[in-house]
Parts: sequence; C-alpha cells; structure tokens
Amino acid sequence: MQATSLAFKRNAIAALNNPVLQKALNNIKIGFVRKRAAAVAKLPEFGLLRDAGRDLRNHVLDHLDFYLERFEAQVIESGGQVHWARDAAEANQIVLDICRSVNARLVTKGKSMVSEEIGLNDFLEANGIRPVETDLGEYIIQLRHEQPSHIIAPAVHLNREQVADAFQAHHAPYGFTERHEEPRALLDEARQVLRQQFLQADVGITGANFCVAETGSTVIVTNEGNGDLTQTLPRVHIALASIEKVVPTLEDVSLLLRLLARSATGQELSVYTTFSTGPRHPADVDGPEQFHVVLLDNGRSSMIGGEFQDMLRCIRCAACLNHCPVYSAIGGHAYGWVYPGPMGSVLTPQLIGIEVAGQLPNASTFCGRCEEVCPVQIPLPKLMRHWREREFERHLTPMPTRFGLGVWAFFAKRPKLYRRAASFAAWALRRLAGGAGRIKRLPLAKGWTAWRDLPAPPGRTFQQQWAARREQRP
Amino acid sequence: MITAQPKIGLFVTCLVDLFRPTVGFSALKLLEEAGCTVEVPVQTCCGQPAYNTGDRATARTLAQQVITAFESFDYVVAPSGSCAGMIKCHYPSLFEINSGWRVRAEQLSTKTFELTSFLTDVLGLEQANVDYAGTVTYHDSCSGLRELGVKTQPRRLLGTVAGLELREMEESEVCCGFGGTFCVKYPELSNRMVSDKVAHILATGADTLLAGDLGCLLNIAGKLQRDGVAIKVRHVAEVLAGLTGVPAVGEAEGGE
Repeated sequence: MQATSLAFKRNAIAALNNPVLQKALNNIKIGFVRKRAAAVAKLPEFGLLRDAGRDLRNHVLDHLDFYLERFEAQVIESGGQVHWARDAAEANQIVLDICRSVNARLVTKGKSMVSEEIGLNDFLEANGIRPVETDLGEYIIQLRHEQPSHIIAPAVHLNREQVADAFQAHHAPYGFTERHEEPRALLDEARQVLRQQFLQADVGITGANFCVAETGSTVIVTNEGNGDLTQTLPRVHIALASIEKVVPTLEDVSLLLRLLARSATGQELSVYTTFSTGPRHPADVDGPEQFHVVLLDNGRSSMIGGEFQDMLRCIRCAACLNHCPVYSAIGGHAYGWVYPGPMGSVLTPQLIGIEVAGQLPNASTFCGRCEEVCPVQIPLPKLMRHWREREFERHLTPMPTRFGLGVWAFFAKRPKLYRRAASFAAWALRRLAGGAGRIKRLPLAKGWTAWRDLPAPPGRTFQQQWAARREQRP
Repeated sequence: MITAQPKIGLFVTCLVDLFRPTVGFSALKLLEEAGCTVEVPVQTCCGQPAYNTGDRATARTLAQQVITAFESFDYVVAPSGSCAGMIKCHYPSLFEINSGWRVRAEQLSTKTFELTSFLTDVLGLEQANVDYAGTVTYHDSCSGLRELGVKTQPRRLLGTVAGLELREMEESEVCCGFGGTFCVKYPELSNRMVSDKVAHILATGADTLLAGDLGCLLNIAGKLQRDGVAIKVRHVAEVLAGLTGVPAVGEAEGGE
C-alpha cells in the first residue's frame, strides 16, 4: 500500500476534526483499556508473567535460526510445506503460485497483519483471484476499500451506520435488500454472506499468532471462529507468518496466550484458539489437503543483534495502541501505513524507511504508558528515541528543530552565558506579559500560544535571586 | 546511609529557574527544614531536550557538566520527576559501558531523587507542618510516575496539610500533552491531550491543580487560562513548603 506517513501531521489534524471518528474512538477506552485493567487486577502474578514473556521472546530471538529450522523440519514431518520469503514480493508470488497450482478463483482469509504488510489482497485481485476477508471487522473494511485502523480491531474507527451503508451497497447480489442497523441483524447478514464464501473457497489463508517449533503447528486466536472455517474447509490452507513468530514449545504458547488475551481484550482466553498441524490425516474428520507455511522476513532478520531487536518480541496484542494518548486521539489511519500506534512508530520506519516514516517516532510525548502495559516489556519510548537519533545523525531532523536545538545547546553548554540569557528572557517575557501574568501571543512560539496562554516568568530568575541572597548571607 | 546533615546539590531545573523560581525556593526550604545542607551548584539544563531529539553528543556534554558539578554531594534533588528521571534513568546509557564517565554517571544515578520521593522515601518525612485552605487535585507527571515510581509520596505529604482536601481526577496518570518539544511540534495533538486533562480537572470541582513537574504545570495552566477557568495551578512543593503567598502559575501580581 502507498504509505501516507509523511503526511502524518495533516492526517492527524483531519482525524481530530472528524466527529464520527472521534465518537468511534471513545469505544477504545471502554472496550479495551478498562477490560484489560480488570483482567490484570484479577491475576496477581501478571507482573511475573510479563517477565517470563519477555525472557521467552528474548530467548527465541537469540536462537531464531535454530527454532525456525526446527519448525520447518516439524512442518515437513507432519506433511506440510514451508516457503521462505525474503520480502513482500516473494511472499506474494509464493501465495499466488500455490493458488494457481490448484486453479483457485476464490480465497477466504482470516485476519492477518502480515497479509496487510505485503499487500496480498491487491496482488491477488490484480492476478484474477478474489480474496474475501472473513473476520467481521476486516470484511467490513474490505467492502469499504480501507486499511485496518487497529491491529486487532480493524474497523474500530467505524460506527453502525457506516457498516449498514457498506452492507447495503454490497449485499444485494446475495439477496439482502433491506437496510439493518441493529448489530445482531448486521452480524447475521454477514454470517450468511460469508457462509457461502467459506463453502466455495478453493484456498484459505490465515496469519499465525505463533509457530510452534516443537510440533510444526501454527496457532491462531480469534473471537469469531472464522479462522477455523477458513483453514479447515478449503482444499488448501496457507498460513502466513513473519519469522519472529516462532515459539519453542506448546508450553511456551500457553504462557504467551495468557498474556495475549488479557492484554488485548481483557479476556482470559480468546474464544477460539486453533492449532493447525499439517494437512488432513487419514483419521481426521476434516481439514485441508495441503498445508503451507509462508515465512516472511521483510527486513526483520536485519533487526537481530541491533538496537531494534527488542521490537521483535511483539505479540501484536495492541495494548500499546489502546493506551497511547496519541493513538486514542487520532486512530490508526493517520499513521499512514499498516502498523499504527507505538508499535507501528517503531516498526514502520524499519519496514518502509525512516525518510518516509520519520514523523511517527517523533509524535510521542514519551509518556511511557505503552511500555507500562506491554506484555513483553518492549521499551517502546527508548526505541522511538533511537529512531530520532538515526534521523539526527543523518540530518533528517527538520531544520527549525535542528536550529532551535543548536542555539539552545550553545547557551546550555556555557553556564555563565546561559545565566545572562535566562535573565534576559525572564525580563523580556515579563515585559511581553505586561503585568497580566501570562502571554496570549508569542510570534516565535505559535505552536504554544495558538492553543494556550504562556505563563510568564514572575521576574528575576532563580539564579539571580539566589546570587542576591548569597551576597546578603555569605 | 544518611549522614547527620546530608549535603544536597539542588538541581533547580531550567524551567523553574526561568518560569517559577518559587519552586526552587520551596524545595530549598523543605530540604533545609528536614535537616539538610543545600547548595545550588553551577547548572543550566539536564540535557533532556537534546536527548529526546536524538542529539546524543549534546546530551552527553550536558550530562558531563551536571555530573562534574554534582558528584561531590551526598544527594542530588530536583523538584521534577522529568529532570531527576533523566539523570537517574538515562545518564548512564549515554556513556560506553565500563568507561570512567559511565561509572560516574551510575554513581550519580544512585543518589539522585525527585523532591517528594527524597523527602519521604529517603528522609522519612511524614508530616508537612503547613496549611492550605483549598480543594486540590493532583496530576501524575509521566516521568516521575513511570520512571521513578512517584505516586503515593506527594499524596501522603499532602494528606497531612491542614485544611487541604485532595480529590482525585479520572485518568490522573494519563499524559497532559506537554512532552517537551512535542507540545510545539504537534500543537494540535498536544492541545487535544491537555483539553482532556482540563475536562478531568474540572469534573473534580477542585480549586487548585497540583503536580510535581513545571512542564506539565505550564501546559495545564496555560490551557485553563486560555479557557477562562479560574483554577489555581501550583507546584506541589509550593504547597508543602507553605510558599503560596505568590500568585499561582500564570496569574498576575495582586490579582486573582
């Protein structure tokens, strides 16, 4: 997809001024933040689980090659196939080749952010294959030709009326001509439409929350059961996963599942947790004839051993999005690419380049709430700061910022001069306030005074007063 | 170990120096009353603006300046969770592991504290012998809260101020939108965040807003006053030290 991250500021302002979006974003606080807090409060050992989750993910990343090879061997052992994709283009081609090998025309899909990352839907459509998203939120945004605005709740930016409009515009061919706005009616309508797709699909594509090295299984968690129908009904199941999703054992999966559901939705466990191990075996009642796993690198291996390695611990729970005051104010589309919020602000520059995504790691107050709730303790503010350092080193920091910082640093490094400059600033600002105690308009600080007054210094600086005091009582 | 009369290097902070000297004198008073000897070493800024803009070289130079000026003291105390957090949590990472500067930064880190945390956690202060006739609400500044664990300390001390009633606001732990240079780089976002904060403050019905960081206070006071809301804004140290005779943040001399 075409990134609009360069226009982040403009996107953000548009989002702030969009009343429909603002109303929808209110749901995040109720739907995610409070539920997570309640779930965590019920589990006294949650802090210890976070330590264990962090350590486990670090262990995997330190031995990533070993676990990936082990996973591949186990997939083959169970009758499946593994395909390695260096980048998005390779991954798309692999999926297309598999689809063509079975003359697929219709593909059902479970929710997959990796699929968004590689732009799979557009690629398949361009090659004559119709992909149908089956996660309700993902299905809705597919009808609207939109990107997900949240990594686990892709349509969180929409309201009921917008969903009703989308269904009315697209469901007539399936015999639905009446417009419904009741959630239950909308859900039933989507179920009936999607049921036909599930039964007709030639290939089912899902993501993978985890790839289990011990068994060669892929694991998905859903709350709708659409993932199960996607991967068991068609003749071919393709699981699309990025390489860091590998986990050593089933025991380890259970640890991460406990962290994932609570952090994501405040559930103890998602409604469906589905393990896929190989194609249908003779004794199985159902399942696909072929089982493929596409493992995508797309720049991740270059993060190993570097200052952004910690980002690869991410298990995509979205707690950092839900708790971010910036994300909560503008939603996900403003970030301009696939991954929004704090995790996106770290990952996106890695995947599409800091020249394009430089705004994202800058649009943070470093309040630290994301790191506080992260189930695997990724130091997100620190990683965003590392991107700012890369920008600064490469002279990508905007000129006004760089210049202002340079002037400030010149004085800050020279205490005597600094004291005089501060004394002058105190005097000047006080004059500008003209006895009002605050300044309404300051030409060089419009960013501040466009929205708030600037409290004026009361007079002499602390250092001036302190020096005077020292003279009085030596 | 607390010596009989610990020697404190007061890190005034650049914002207090320029915008609110009373906070520095409040810290001084509180520390001296608690039995400390306080000095104000040569200082400018902790370097956080450079650090958070990605300019590590400038941040390192300023860190060396602070380390040199403050390392001879028993403790470094700042009336700010943000600046104390910079010295305590971030200075060491500016220097190569095992280098001389790294060791010095780590030593300074162990003896650096935010003011209310130092008064309670280190000095064991339990009582503020002052009064304040007002209903206050307290905003938790991000760095103090999440980097230094400052949460109960100011509230415990405020609880002993005669006449003061503390009313908690919703989401007191959510950022006010200041964020250093963030507030001028992304003014619309910052405005949205501080507007939410103001709404939560108003909902308490408190007449005074307190916090432990001047950056947040300037931001919130500026927004309250732009909105024409008559809520007084003060640094928690001013109330604890009883230095509330001066006009509140952004208020005119002699006028409410």
